[in-house]
Amino acid sequence: MTAKTTAPPIDTARDDIDGDGVTPVMDTVVFTDALDLDNGKTLQPFTIAYNTYGTLNADRSNAILICHALTGDQHVANRNPMTGKPGWWSLLVGPGKPVDTNRFFVICANILGGCQGSTGPASINPETGEAYGLTFPVITIGDMVDAQARLVDHLGIDQLFAVIGGSMGGMQVLEWAARHKERVFAAVPIAAAAWHSSQNIAFHEVGRQAVMADPNWMRGDYLKHGVVPRNGLAVARMAAHITYLSEDALHEKFGRNLQNRTDRTFSFDADFQVESYLRHQGSTFVDRFDANSYLYITRAMDYFDMAAEHGDVLAEAFRGTQSRFCVVSFTSDWLYPTRESREIVQALNAVAANVSFVEIESNAGHDAFLLNEPKFFATMTGFINSCAQKRGLPAA
Amino acid sequence: MLDKSKTAADAGLHQSHRVDHLLIAEMVAPGSRVLDVGCGDGALLQLLADTKAVDGRGMELSRERVNACVARGLSVIQGNADNDLDDYPDQAFDYAVLSLTIQATLKPRDVLVNLLRIGRRAIVSFPNFGHWKIRTDLLFNGRMPRTPNLPEPWYASPDSHLCTIRDFVELCDVLDTVVEEAVAFNSAGRRLPIKKSVTLHNMFGEKAVFRLRRRHHI
Repeated sequence: MTAKTTAPPIDTARDDIDGDGVTPVMDTVVFTDALDLDNGKTLQPFTIAYNTYGTLNADRSNAILICHALTGDQHVANRNPMTGKPGWWSLLVGPGKPVDTNRFFVICANILGGCQGSTGPASINPETGEAYGLTFPVITIGDMVDAQARLVDHLGIDQLFAVIGGSMGGMQVLEWAARHKERVFAAVPIAAAAWHSSQNIAFHEVGRQAVMADPNWMRGDYLKHGVVPRNGLAVARMAAHITYLSEDALHEKFGRNLQNRTDRTFSFDADFQVESYLRHQGSTFVDRFDANSYLYITRAMDYFDMAAEHGDVLAEAFRGTQSRFCVVSFTSDWLYPTRESREIVQALNAVAANVSFVEIESNAGHDAFLLNEPKFFATMTGFINSCAQKRGLPAA
Repeated sequence: MLDKSKTAADAGLHQSHRVDHLLIAEMVAPGSRVLDVGCGDGALLQLLADTKAVDGRGMELSRERVNACVARGLSVIQGNADNDLDDYPDQAFDYAVLSLTIQATLKPRDVLVNLLRIGRRAIVSFPNFGHWKIRTDLLFNGRMPRTPNLPEPWYASPDSHLCTIRDFVELCDVLDTVVEEAVAFNSAGRRLPIKKSVTLHNMFGEKAVFRLRRRHHI
């Protein structure tokens, strides 16, 4: 053997980010029983679109639910059929990856309120025959989780081996651990928080106002009029995208470099590479995302406050939990800073929960959880393997 | 009380484990819940898991070491003994362990009080500044002693609160704490039960391990 001793074993398989990943089973399921929502209303019927990867074992104990973030989808580990891009977490999920689809039955569902096949504001309201638009109920992270729980019921799974998610996906993980304690063997909230900060609400409000200020938004009825509030949604995405990066990452990637030109044009063209990059991010996002979904999902995140749901004592959300937790944060993430992950850890310690907590050094900002961060993958591999051992699942 | 004649070498584990870790492992009941404060690379937690089927948790200051611990499957959080023990509820663990760490804390007394609150028992190991080599080093050289246990010069040492075995016994008295078991040992791993003579063991023990409990329940 050479000196290569510390590299995680998945390293060699990780370069295939441009590959097709693993072939999923893509399915949708319609639930005719009403879903009780946190706002007191019900939703009936509702559809969940989801992908599964790998095989459920005989005693149904090897299922891992992946929860996606604000603009994610169910295509976690396969080439996205709409964009043609690799699965958004194909670095983490796939054959031989930390979430190994050869060992685990991986489920990823489009969230309630989403626009990739699950019921959301762009879906047809069966009572009117038209898209819900703003008549869609305002939903919460907890509602999304309860809808996922119905899917897990549908799949015949009592207890998930693990629930894993980053950003808003991490919020869902926390709700799973709080609302469905006995159904979660291991919980991994990554780059997340137990409540949405004032700063985060502020950024979301900027994005929503950008959408609503677009004349094509038509008070949410743009689908009826055959138009799309492209400009507004693109600006929302541009503003949000800045919050996913870090000053260092932007500086390293773009500096003050000019875009395909040698000098300033003394105009409002995209002279700087960073401008061009953001415009590209905005315009490609519009092609794949519904503007009203963006409003509803950001609202659900803003309303998220697990302490408030439990008498302002976050620990009460987790009292009695038997789940094993691994909380992960990234040093340069200023959207969901380490401080907020530490609050989750403190609450879990206060109820003597089994918790690990790692802060991963990275200058990539919030987006680090989606990128090639070997220390993060090593942590995930170690945590998942130790949990699998505790759960009596075969070793890798 | 441990048998004076028995050494850590007898366990056949001395090659790969720190002597104080082996002594701590002997003081821990099988299957118990243990918090290791300042768990480093997780060697003690791993030993306790392997030999005592302990349900272990760790806290460690160094981010790199925390990552390494979690990657090897241990439940460890990044944290600081001085600041982060307040989060834990009373009696959450059977044992709260502090191995060769108390001398590096800012407020050793507060940390010890917290350990005795969080754990039904506290186990503390520390380097003994009363060892005769340290005494003679200071006496004859007139400089802060440097030994294999205390290798850094005074200005670079993380150990801001060094103490002797006698000092530690005194703190235990002040905190109204029962010393259930105490062992001093030398560099060869030969252990010396302290109750027989604090004076002797304060002179000849290079390190010590104490198992403590509060005299009165919380």
